[in-house]
Parts: sequence; structure tokens; C-alpha cells
Amino acid sequence: MDTLLNISSALFLLIGSFLCVSGGVGILRFPDFYTRMHAVGVTETLATAMILIGLMLQNPDGLVVVKLMIILLMTLFISPTASHALASAAVHNNLMPELDKKEDNEKETSSNP
Amino acid sequence: MLMGLYNYWIVVVLMMVGFYIVIAHGNLIKKIVGLSIFQTSVFIFYISMAKVDGGTAPILAEGISQYSNPLPHVLILTAIVVGIATTALGLALAVRIKEAYGSIEEEEIQKKDNLDC
Amino acid sequence: MKDLFAVIMLSGIYGLLSASFFVAMDAVDVAFTEASVGAGISTLLMLVAITMTGRSENPTRHKPVLALAVVIVTGSLLIYGTLDMPYFGLAQDPVHLHVAPRYINDSMQEVGVPNIVTSVLASYRAFDTLGEVVVIFTAGMGVLALLSVVRRPGDVARDIAKINSLNKSMHEEHLILRIVVKILIPFILLFALYVQFHGDYGPGGGFQAGVIFAAAIILYAMLFGMSTARRVINQSFIQLFAAIGVLLYGSVGVISLLNGKNFLDYSVLSADPVAGQHLGILLIELGVGFTVASVMVIIFFNFAGRKNDQQNNRE
Repeated sequence: MDTLLNISSALFLLIGSFLCVSGGVGILRFPDFYTRMHAVGVTETLATAMILIGLMLQNPDGLVVVKLMIILLMTLFISPTASHALASAAVHNNLMPELDKKEDNEKETSSNP
Repeated sequence: MLMGLYNYWIVVVLMMVGFYIVIAHGNLIKKIVGLSIFQTSVFIFYISMAKVDGGTAPILAEGISQYSNPLPHVLILTAIVVGIATTALGLALAVRIKEAYGSIEEEEIQKKDNLDC
Repeated sequence: MKDLFAVIMLSGIYGLLSASFFVAMDAVDVAFTEASVGAGISTLLMLVAITMTGRSENPTRHKPVLALAVVIVTGSLLIYGTLDMPYFGLAQDPVHLHVAPRYINDSMQEVGVPNIVTSVLASYRAFDTLGEVVVIFTAGMGVLALLSVVRRPGDVARDIAKINSLNKSMHEEHLILRIVVKILIPFILLFALYVQFHGDYGPGGGFQAGVIFAAAIILYAMLFGMSTARRVINQSFIQLFAAIGVLLYGSVGVISLLNGKNFLDYSVLSADPVAGQHLGILLIELGVGFTVASVMVIIFFNFAGRKNDQQNNRE
């Protein structure tokens, strides 16, 4: 039972760290503000949840589990709201997402007779 | 000796970064940011001096024999809050200077003062 | 770096990194305070300041060679000075040998509080903490003197009109944010109260609790507009509250004097000396929490109120 808990906790922590790193790679490699934010917003919430569950499994009986569960609940509320606030602030300041280049070319060639 | 003293050298590097920002830039807000970096480096100095190898946080609990030194923690707690109080005052002064002189660059403020004298 | 917005964001990240460094150094109380103050309130105040002073800095025309030289000379002198310092982390360093063992060994019998940092801050070194509370109060008064805007009688009516006109449009624009924040603010306030009263048994205490409380109120003011926030939180009441915090702290000390012992000696506050210590620590942490929360709210409201006033005068 003990080793099962240890292995599953280690697994959750590893998945969480991998998701965090992949979110970081996404920030560096994606071309546009909105795509970057989507990468971070989605992966970061799940990564935090995985890490917190992994920590909960380290010591299943105790007050710490309740505290970690409350932190998990708060993170599920706050992190997507923060991404939404960033995106709506960007729209408010007229930062438009880059559209596909092929579409623009087609529109140009079709509108010029 | 290198491994025993590296924490002081890191602090000195951070302190010099903050010092350079304060004296080399003309913008008042940047000077305040540099001052805050300087303050944080001093906190790191004290806290790194308080750490004991193998000790834990200074909260009494069963089964722990070695605690980290609590005295620098208390001093730095006071210092952090005083630091933010002075930063807030500094920012308020910067806002008023902007209203009175029209700019917060050091050179333009000195030019205006020299013109008025 | 010419954009001050990026500079401030980076300094916020620096504050958060130093908070995690403090956790690695086993300084949990300090990490808590640095994370809430350095990475939260400090970044916020700087952002509010640059909305009024301008977002980018002028490029410097001369190369700062002299400044670089001064910095390098000072740095090398300091490194030369650290060559005599004791090594990092050894238990026989002089800093651990004189006063600290007395605090660690005797704190449980004399004060009876598990968190040694709280017992040193609030009982052994309570006079320093009194000075710190007065410094925070003075900073609040300074910001009031510099940035407060005189409220004329027509302003209240204008506030009400603004609330009614803004409410509908802001509600649709920021719908998700408003609803989530409405759900979250009671929990943030509850957490602030928990940190305040739990400072004896874990990391926490008056400062952190005051800052978290102020952060909740600032969040409310940011999302619902300054006009609404000013009607919810009365300005003169908050100023009175800040003064009450300092007064509470000072009166605990004076009561100890009147009972025949030293200033801020808590053992005379109750029949049993240790219970007296508990009562004294509770009261002064309450005083600290009141003052810190009120002063942070005063500072933010004055900064934002000045910005509002500038915008109104331009219209």
C-alpha cells in the first residue's frame, strides 16, 4: 500500500512537471499572443492540479490534505479567470490575432479583377 | 573557501546591480525599482546568515532538535514592511514631481530648476 | 529596457523568486511576508504610479562609464571584505551562539507560543515592532499629505451618477471577472483572519494578515470602480482605524506600566504570566493587523483617487 502511494504520487508529480515544462516551451515557440496564452492557460491549471494531487498522496491522513484540497479549489477558480482577464485586456487594447496568411492572399487575388 | 562564502558573493552581486541602477539611470521610477532590488539583496544576506545546516523552520514541534536562527527572521520581517512603506512614499513623491515639473527624468528636472533660479 | 511596465513586471517576478529562496532557507514567516508584500502590493503600487507618470523612459544620451567604474570598485571592496566572514550554514557561527539559543530554549516556558519568530517579534522585541507600526502609520500619513484630493460637496452626487452609469456597461464588459471575484473575496477575507489569529502556531501574524486583507479590498475597488469602493469603505473610518491600531499597541504597553512592571511586559495582564503573554501577543498582533490593512488601503485609494481626479480635470 505504501509503495503504491509513493509510486502514484511520483507519477502525478512527474506528469505535472512535464505539463509545466511543455507550457513553457509553448510560450517560447508559438507565434502569436493568443496562441501563447492558450498554451499556458490550459497546461498550467492542469499541471498545478496534478502537482497538488501528487503532494496530497504523499501523506494521505492529516490536516494537510484538506488544506491542499482548498488550494486546489482556489486554483481551479483563479487560474482560468486570470487567463480570461489577460485575453480580454488584449482585445480591449486592440491586439488582434494573426489570421492565416493563405486566406488573405486568396481574398486579395479574388477582390482584384 | 569558495564553497563556504558563495552566498555572500551572490548578495554582493545583487547589491551592485541595484546600486548601478540607482546611479546610472535618470528615470525616477527606475531608481525606485533599483532601490527595491538593493533592499531585497540585504534581506537575502541576513536570511542566508540565519540558516543552519540540517535545521528546520523555527517553529517548535515534536522530534526536531536543530532550529534555524529566528533572530534575523524577526529583523527582516520588520525591514520588509518598512521597505514597502518607503517605496510607497517614494512613488507618491514621484507622482507629485511629475505634476509639478512635467517629467520624471532627472536631467529635465535639473534643467527646469536651473532655468527658474 | 525602455518600457517601465516590463521593468515592474520583472521586479515582481524577482520578489516572488526571493520569496521562494526564503522558503529554501527555512524562513517561512519572512517568505510569506515577502511574497505578499514584495510580489503583490509593491508591484501593484508601482503600476498605479506609472499610469500617472508615463510608461517609457527617455533614452540616456551619455554612456554611464563612471557609474560602472564606481560600481565595480565598490563591489570588489565588498567581496574583499567578505573574505573574513564565517562560512555559510555552520552551527558554530558566532551569530548562532549568543542570544538565539536563549530564545530557542526558553521561548516555550516563558511565552508559551510554538512559533518562535512570533514570540520574539511580539514579546521579546515588542518595542521594535512598535516602532515599525509607527513607521507604517507615518508612511500612510505621508501619502495622505502628498496625494489626497479635497472632496467637495458636489463630488458625492457625481459619484452616485457615475456609479449608475458605469454599472451597466462595466457589468457586461467584465462579467466573468466580476462574478468570480464576488465569489472569491469572502474567502480571501476569511483567509486573512485565519492568518491573523494563527500566527502563534504557524507562519503568519499581523503583517501578512493586514496585507492580505488590504489586497482583497483593492481587488474589489479595481473591479467595481473607485466610486463604488469609496461608498462601501468610508475614507475617514479607515483613517480612524489606522490610528486605532497604533493606539491599541501603545495602550497595551501603558497598561503594563500602570500595573507596576516595564513597558510592554505582558506578564501582568493576567493572573498567570504565560496567559498574560498570550493575551498581550493577541492584542498587539490585532493592532498591527488593523494599522497595516488600513494604511495599505489608504495608500491605494489615494493613488487611484489622484488618477481619477486628473482624468476628471481633463474632461
